[in-house]
Amino acid sequence: MRLVLRGITKRFGSMVANDSISLTVEPGEIHCLLGENGAGKSTLMNVLYGLYKADEGEIELDGKVQHFTGPGDAMAAGIGMVHQHFMLIPVFTVAENVMLGNETTGFAGSLDLDAASARVTEISERFGFHVNPDSLVEDLPVGVQQRVEIIKALSRDAELLVFDEPTAVLTPQETDELMDIMRQLKEAGKAIVFITHKLREVRAVADRITVIRLGKVVGEADPKASNAELASMMVGRPVELVVHKDPPTLGDAAFVVKDLRVVDAAGHVHVNGLSFTIRAGEVLAVAGVQGNGQTELTEAILGLQDDVTGSITLDGVELVGRSTRKILDAGVGFIPEDRQVDGLVPGFTIAENLMLNRSFKSPFVKNGSLRLGALREFAQKKLTEYDVRARDIDALATNLSGGNQQKVVVARELSRDLRLLVAAQPTRGVDVGSIEFIHKQIVATRDSGIPVLVVSTELDEVVALADRIMVLYRGQVVGIVPADTPRETLGLMMTGERPKDLKDVVA
Amino acid sequence: MSTTMDRPTPESGGLAPDDAVTPTRTAGRRKLPTILGVVTVLLGLRLLTTSRSGDTTFRLAVDSDFAKLPDAVLPSSATAWLMLVVCLALTAEAVRRMLARSRQPLWLPIVFALAWMIGFLSWEAAGSRISIVSLLAGAIALAIPLVFGALGGVLGERAGVVNIAIDGQLLFGAFAASITASLTGSPWAGLVAAMAAGALMALVLGLFAITYFVDQVIVGVVLNVLVVGLTNFLFRQVLTPNAESLNSPERMRGLPIPVLGDIPLIGPIFFRQPALVYVLYVIVALVAWSLYRTRWGLRVRAVGEHPKAADTVGIKVNRTRYRTILLAGAIAGLGGAYYSLVSVSGFNREMTGGAGYIALAAVIFGKWDPIRATLAALLFGFAQNLAGVLSSIGAQIPPQLLLSLPYVITIFAVAGLVGRSRPPAADGVAYRQQ
Repeated sequence: MRLVLRGITKRFGSMVANDSISLTVEPGEIHCLLGENGAGKSTLMNVLYGLYKADEGEIELDGKVQHFTGPGDAMAAGIGMVHQHFMLIPVFTVAENVMLGNETTGFAGSLDLDAASARVTEISERFGFHVNPDSLVEDLPVGVQQRVEIIKALSRDAELLVFDEPTAVLTPQETDELMDIMRQLKEAGKAIVFITHKLREVRAVADRITVIRLGKVVGEADPKASNAELASMMVGRPVELVVHKDPPTLGDAAFVVKDLRVVDAAGHVHVNGLSFTIRAGEVLAVAGVQGNGQTELTEAILGLQDDVTGSITLDGVELVGRSTRKILDAGVGFIPEDRQVDGLVPGFTIAENLMLNRSFKSPFVKNGSLRLGALREFAQKKLTEYDVRARDIDALATNLSGGNQQKVVVARELSRDLRLLVAAQPTRGVDVGSIEFIHKQIVATRDSGIPVLVVSTELDEVVALADRIMVLYRGQVVGIVPADTPRETLGLMMTGERPKDLKDVVA
Repeated sequence: MSTTMDRPTPESGGLAPDDAVTPTRTAGRRKLPTILGVVTVLLGLRLLTTSRSGDTTFRLAVDSDFAKLPDAVLPSSATAWLMLVVCLALTAEAVRRMLARSRQPLWLPIVFALAWMIGFLSWEAAGSRISIVSLLAGAIALAIPLVFGALGGVLGERAGVVNIAIDGQLLFGAFAASITASLTGSPWAGLVAAMAAGALMALVLGLFAITYFVDQVIVGVVLNVLVVGLTNFLFRQVLTPNAESLNSPERMRGLPIPVLGDIPLIGPIFFRQPALVYVLYVIVALVAWSLYRTRWGLRVRAVGEHPKAADTVGIKVNRTRYRTILLAGAIAGLGGAYYSLVSVSGFNREMTGGAGYIALAAVIFGKWDPIRATLAALLFGFAQNLAGVLSSIGAQIPPQLLLSLPYVITIFAVAGLVGRSRPPAADGVAYRQQ
């Protein structure tokens, strides 16, 4: 199916999210939409899918102009979408999710679950997906959930498939598998739109690349273009893709974790006998597929887990068993992995968010009342220092873009006398410009002689920031290796396999 | 960059405070053993501080039974002490399982509750007779409107609309049923009117909660207050002066089902009921089946769990929600008719006595499942009836304590039995389309 978008314009209030965008996608081709977070890629696809109504412009499929009033129309016309945030119902089975909205029914509207299961199995076998139609979606790994989304689109005979930032949640291995699936779909004659901001992936599968910046098409790029060329086209200025850092100046073993074990309420062991050391002025980066104990490790350090045994010492002081507030006061800075849940209070202003970790005493509280003057002054300073793009310090956190929200969190955590920085997924969902900035801040923290623990599921980020890399698998250390370990070795270690000749580096 | 500042772009993901996860705590493991322990100690104290002698007679049959079961005569004191030992053993088993970190099976609290109840009743009713049939049949009578209300609540919340207005729907249903049945002379017309009244309230709820995004809890509370005020006013100004023509409906009498009604014990409890109760049996079965087994049910649950996902597969979210709450309102309204056409004949001010709120508790206790919510409603009905039975056999328990019994049992049951209960993910969240 051939898709032509002509002059699509979509406004949200005074903001123009899509400014007269035109685009052609041919059948049997993978067409990449490359652009930063917030460039307007997803908006464009939501217009195509009937979720948003375009203010101007038209959509044409196989020469026919379409007028979609909702996603139902788009689907009927043969468009399938794999959403960035999966449109799956966690408590439903795979078969139920696939059949929803398109149910085969028997007597009195009763569901024909067998037919739905058969359909799932058939598609799943055709493309080698290995999906069990009777599993509950919430029990499946994200990579498999994504395949369910693909099956959902294919079961409705979609001829044009839109993948919206599909690799954001995937491990390197899952990403490779997805690329294979996309190639397979292309061979089957489907037209594919692939939305992403990751250059490596674009170069791996794209037949054509359209770059979007600030809601406008800035041009087509050659799939053979270099990373630097693509990046500067996407951001609009030359970008440093590599983090520049000097060799570390190592101090004492400041942060020591010994035999750490974290068990949740249901009795599952998430962290099992973890021991490692970080020296002052060193970055230890934790690599691993999401859900292998990283979250529980960082939460245990911050005193947010209940059932913790073993020992965590910072400058000789035991942290296990202390309250979170005492741990913060001991000088632990924490960039949580999900800023929208743990990092910020969405309905608070930037200024209020900046004092969250110091809400008890000076400098912002005196005799139980807020010192608003001091807070405003501080917030004003940090706004400039950290280049937070907002109207003013009274702007609500919820109204900021992902990158600016994260800068507020980083500003808050780095503005105290730190003895340790724990940064979990510090640049998840953040634009390239902000990534550069946040990485520089983390390196600067390390250079000031503070031990830093970085947790990231992005291998690029781990490699860029680490002095040493610790790979976690099922709550256990697979190995602690030098930062220049080859990606393939790291990828292998993330699946729990430890190369025979591997030697751990000691702090 | 500059376009992304200050304004939530669709791509920035906007903050979603509802995504917050509740941290899991270890306290859950200690809950059941603790509660069993406390309840056992209470029984033990009762046995130690008071003394009883003689026998307790449990009557298992009623006079009209075709084949009568014999009475069970138990020595009061010995039975109570024996049951106390059973309770202690079960508590010990719960503690053992807690320490071994193994699962607490469902039979444990159920057997415990039975043993405790037998021990307690034989102690308190020493020297007198307790009719098991009237204890249980009375429980059902009290539970019927609760079950209707709870079903309405389950349906609404499964579709993502929190319905605090169940009590208002019951009350308005009772009101409409009484007037219509009086005017037409047909209780069936009264039932239809009750359904219409419940649905009308649901429509108002939907208008505010679905179409205008008003907070659903607030709308519900306001509706309840509105109905109380409105029915009180109309009762005094219109119904009382014209009681003969407007507020004297024909009462729905028991309608024994042949054969089924003659089964000992079960027959008199379940199958000698008025027609409205049989309608309820059918509704419970229908709702339970269609919620999980039909296209309609799948879509209802989908819009309550993840409305956007439903929208992206072409389901009209708000239309589905409207339809569901209208149906839910009709069911709850029907429950109201039980008050004015079955319990007594005629409407009285605030005659539901806040039953809608208990029904709401049954929804949560029943984990948003029609069958479990029904069982929860039955438990509440039993607790209420138990208080009445105890005071009628002259149990030496302070009446204030007896009055609080249903609520105490509710608290223990909800706290002890309900494990992790998860409401529909989009419960109470209005859906806006861009």
